[in-house]
Amino acid sequence: MPRWTRARALGLAAALVAALAWSAGPAPATAQTPSRVVILSTTTSTQDSGLLDVLVPMFEKQTGYSVKTIAVGTGQALALAARGEADVSLCHAPALEKKYVAEGKILNRRLVMYNDFVLVGPAEDPARVRGLASAVEALERIAETQSRFVSRGDRSGTHLLELELWKQAGIAPRGTWYLESGQGMGQTLGIADERRAYTITDRATYLAFRKRVALPIMVERDRPLLNIYSVMEVNPANGPRVNRAGGKAFAEFMLAPETQAVIKAFGVDRYGQPLFVPIAGATSGAQVGG
Amino acid sequence: MALIWEGLRRAVGLLVGLDREVLGITWLSLQVAGASTALALLLGIPLGSAIALTRFPGRGLVISLVNTGMGLPPVVVGLFVSILLWRSGPLGSLELLYTPTAIVIAQLVIAAPIVTGLTLAAVQQIPARFRLQMLALGASRGQLLWLLLREARLPMLAAVMAGFGGVISEIGASMMVGGNIRGQTRVLTTATVMETAKGSFDVAIALSLILLALTFLVNYLLTAIQQRRRPA
Repeated sequence: MPRWTRARALGLAAALVAALAWSAGPAPATAQTPSRVVILSTTTSTQDSGLLDVLVPMFEKQTGYSVKTIAVGTGQALALAARGEADVSLCHAPALEKKYVAEGKILNRRLVMYNDFVLVGPAEDPARVRGLASAVEALERIAETQSRFVSRGDRSGTHLLELELWKQAGIAPRGTWYLESGQGMGQTLGIADERRAYTITDRATYLAFRKRVALPIMVERDRPLLNIYSVMEVNPANGPRVNRAGGKAFAEFMLAPETQAVIKAFGVDRYGQPLFVPIAGATSGAQVGG
Repeated sequence: MALIWEGLRRAVGLLVGLDREVLGITWLSLQVAGASTALALLLGIPLGSAIALTRFPGRGLVISLVNTGMGLPPVVVGLFVSILLWRSGPLGSLELLYTPTAIVIAQLVIAAPIVTGLTLAAVQQIPARFRLQMLALGASRGQLLWLLLREARLPMLAAVMAGFGGVISEIGASMMVGGNIRGQTRVLTTATVMETAKGSFDVAIALSLILLALTFLVNYLLTAIQQRRRPA
């Protein structure tokens, strides 16, 4: 057996081990300075809109903290915070957030910004809901006519809002017309488009998908459709190693006037309209204009 | 179809234009999958050979467990490794969650049974007469093991390819223990899912094509080594 083939195999092994050393190298640095790392649990919509790609580097530059952004469904984001697996949360599910605040799991919930949800559906509009002022009334008609509706079904902020609207309508949606996707907003819009169904989406995702799906807006600008984002600090009592100072710094950053100005301008270049409206200082959704 | 061409153009553009972010994501994918495969080899080859060459009570059960492990669902691995690495978990003090090291650990759990199982099969298929012959010729235990592994090198390179292929393409574990953090733990598969969710289908297709090309390249190199060493 020629010797060079063995040398080659050894070279490959060496390359793999070098790759290991390289990838393992930078990681332990975080272990030595845990207080410089902030874990932010947030919803996929903030990440998918691209807003965090702008804000996080700004925060890191201003404060020297390094942020680990974990973008998951709102239910999971808040559950992680409640377990002390995150330091700060940016979410959009007021009812669930208030429950965690009442339990003392999260502290200092403050409103940051809002955008809105829209009810979209197939142009043929089988339930005759286009142009209705009330989202609740639209859902009633969809249920009455058994028109197909796709729900996120994943305890995301969007799903929780949808459930709240069904509750207000006094309807427990069930039946072959009511589909639960269990997936993100983009995939859910795709399913609604394929199945010619209605669905509720946040405006930012809708704008990003507008060209791909043929689902015009049916109902918008109804007060219950407001999508309010809050920043919340994690109670250090929830678990070991919660970085309270880091979480607080991020919350303060989100509410600072310069950050709020960036939020206000975000998305104009890409969509021709802002995606979020900053509202730092407001104390309840009722104060939000819309 | 137009979308796929658009994606292909985008992929070439990102690579030729040396887009820093995409290169970083590609490099990290390669590092993490390479490291976990290398560790899986260090663990799986001795373990697989040991099981193949010895007889002990419960051996059948161990082999069944290894074979089951070859099909471990990455999301299940991701979930359990996450819980172990959580701040409140038993290994929380290491602060490893959401780091590339965490992904390597999870992928090692996925790849090690694959390498172990295939090594086991490779060593086992060598006729027992070969072992007796080598011992009769005066080979020491260490020499015998080395000869057996050399004899089994072709199927074992297949084990390397299967292990690497398993981890470079998995998404569930990388997403859960890595967190898909930009610039830190974002790999090709998690980035593809995210870009799809964002509706940036062209970028998602570009990332998929880069992943396919990378996997092909690695397998091509390994196959070249495997086939060149085949005895005439």
